[in-house]
Amino acid sequence: MNEADNSQDIIISRDVHKWFDNFHVLKGINLNVKKGEVVVIFGPSGSGKSTFIRCINRLEEHQKGQIIVDGVELTNDIRNIEAIRSEVGMVFQQFNLFPHLTVLQNVMLAPVWVRRSSKDLASETAMQLLKRVGIPEQAHKYPGQLSGGQQQRVAIARALAMQPKIMLFDEPTSALDPEMIKEVLDVMVELAKSGMTMLVVTHEMGFARAVASRMFFFDEGQIVESGTPDEIFKSPKEDRTKLFLSQILSH
Amino acid sequence: MAAVEMRPPRLSVGPIAWLRKNLFSTWYNVVLTFVGITLLYALLRPAIQWSLTEARWGVIAANLTLFMIGQYPREELWRVWLTIFMLGALIGLSWGVWKDAARGFAFIALGAGFAFAVIGLLLNSDVWMNWLLADAILLALYAVGWSLRARGGSITAVGWLLYFPLIFLLIAGTRFIPWLPAVQTSLWGGLLLTLMLTIVGNIGSLPLGILLALGRRSKLPIIKYFSIGYIELIRGVPLVTILFMADLLLPLFLPADMARPDRVLRAMVGLILFEAAYQAENVRGGLQSINRGQYEAAQALGLSGTLTMTLIVLPQALRAVIPALFNSFVSLFKDTSLVAIIGLFDILRIGRSVLAQSEWLGTHREVFLFAFIIYWGFNLAFTYGSRRMEEALGVGKR
Repeated sequence: MNEADNSQDIIISRDVHKWFDNFHVLKGINLNVKKGEVVVIFGPSGSGKSTFIRCINRLEEHQKGQIIVDGVELTNDIRNIEAIRSEVGMVFQQFNLFPHLTVLQNVMLAPVWVRRSSKDLASETAMQLLKRVGIPEQAHKYPGQLSGGQQQRVAIARALAMQPKIMLFDEPTSALDPEMIKEVLDVMVELAKSGMTMLVVTHEMGFARAVASRMFFFDEGQIVESGTPDEIFKSPKEDRTKLFLSQILSH
Repeated sequence: MAAVEMRPPRLSVGPIAWLRKNLFSTWYNVVLTFVGITLLYALLRPAIQWSLTEARWGVIAANLTLFMIGQYPREELWRVWLTIFMLGALIGLSWGVWKDAARGFAFIALGAGFAFAVIGLLLNSDVWMNWLLADAILLALYAVGWSLRARGGSITAVGWLLYFPLIFLLIAGTRFIPWLPAVQTSLWGGLLLTLMLTIVGNIGSLPLGILLALGRRSKLPIIKYFSIGYIELIRGVPLVTILFMADLLLPLFLPADMARPDRVLRAMVGLILFEAAYQAENVRGGLQSINRGQYEAAQALGLSGTLTMTLIVLPQALRAVIPALFNSFVSLFKDTSLVAIIGLFDILRIGRSVLAQSEWLGTHREVFLFAFIIYWGFNLAFTYGSRRMEEALGVGKR
């Protein structure tokens, strides 16, 4: 990759390493994402894919290498980290909504307290986002009263409320009942088509085929193979990729 | 085919069904029931007979004011009434604004006000008017709160926040306000002192307890080990020791040119320091119940550590431990009786001094039964109110 390309990269990671105690989880990850790209990361469990995207908003700390998000390098400077976190939205496998706040309050919280926007404005924006994810009628309920799919859509709206430049999805449909996966994926597809830069850890290969710009196959802390969905699905080069795809696509 | 909704079988619900199921289900349960009733009768009959015929309840009636406020100047009694009226107003307002969460307390307060009015009438005392006035204020403010609905939430919260410093100022008085002269705390006594100690002890210890709980989880070793040391030290000694230490040592720690804090203040400091250690452990339990995902979600949104704590973690942690916090409130209420040891006249000690009056010699049973009823009544009312509050707060939120 030449230097000219680098200038458009909104996420740059160079030779990123991470250890959990003595366990080497990430072994030199080089992965750049351009603005507007939808990047899908997949691979067996324990391959480091979740750890990697959690490094991008520093929920995990990398110990070697460089991560640069939107021109800011991630270091221990807490102000840099908080600035980056407000530019990077994240959606978790377990939703992690705030159970003591209503849906609307969940979505309004960060704009009001971090961005210091007025409550009226924040609530108006929040309602628009809830319409966008298709659940404006649930605004005044508590997360505990919603189905899993609805909760995950609230989580997406909550992340979008900060008007992030990048959205990270950490296995967003893995904790959902099968009939609810589609409603969440539909929202994500719509988001991808709107031009959002997205980094998605998922096993939903239908989603990847439909919207991914590039795909990365992680195994044992390394990128084994990367390419466009066409390349990955039709002509995977590595045996490990072929084996993994055959396992998850066979049923 | 649509399922048909059926009524429960007859005699499976209602009081008769309850009696059948719990008291008369088998022959030996029938026997046990009758044995139990006989025993209860045998035990209670003499007690009731004594209380209705022999007991000299006059000791309570004659000293009622003493029991309630000790040596507090009688001409300043209006201040105590004002705190009661303000309490009625706040409970009424909370009931109107927060509905179910405050309803238990509101019912208790209304009932108590009415009961005290009746007692006042029976004793031929004109306090009955004051109690009915308190009830009327409560109901009037309920209407106000009801019309304000949700908008009244912040007003009510501010009202409660202001209430406790305000009643302290009102009861203690100050030399800076001519119509509110200072009343020496050595004159405070009876139920007034017991309640002031409980309120100040609880309100003061909760913030300190929260800080200690957070300190115990801090990454900074000094703060962490100071908190652990403090909590374990205080929990390792009895309250009486702490009270003695506060009484004797506190004046030594303060600069020499500062006025010696009076007895009651020293007792309050002792109670706060003691209770804070227990509240810290209660709060720590709540903090541990919050899973990591909550912290991560807050961080991912760009919330700072302080905001994460105050907006996300503490509200959930405190809600989770409301039963434990209320439990500590109740314990402290009873523990205040220990201040008699450092020479304060709480309601129990007032009782002992009443027994020394020559015309009421030998009325131990009456006096202690009265104190028993006061303690028990307050705790029962408080537990009932707080349980209703817990139920109302728990709805659909988790």
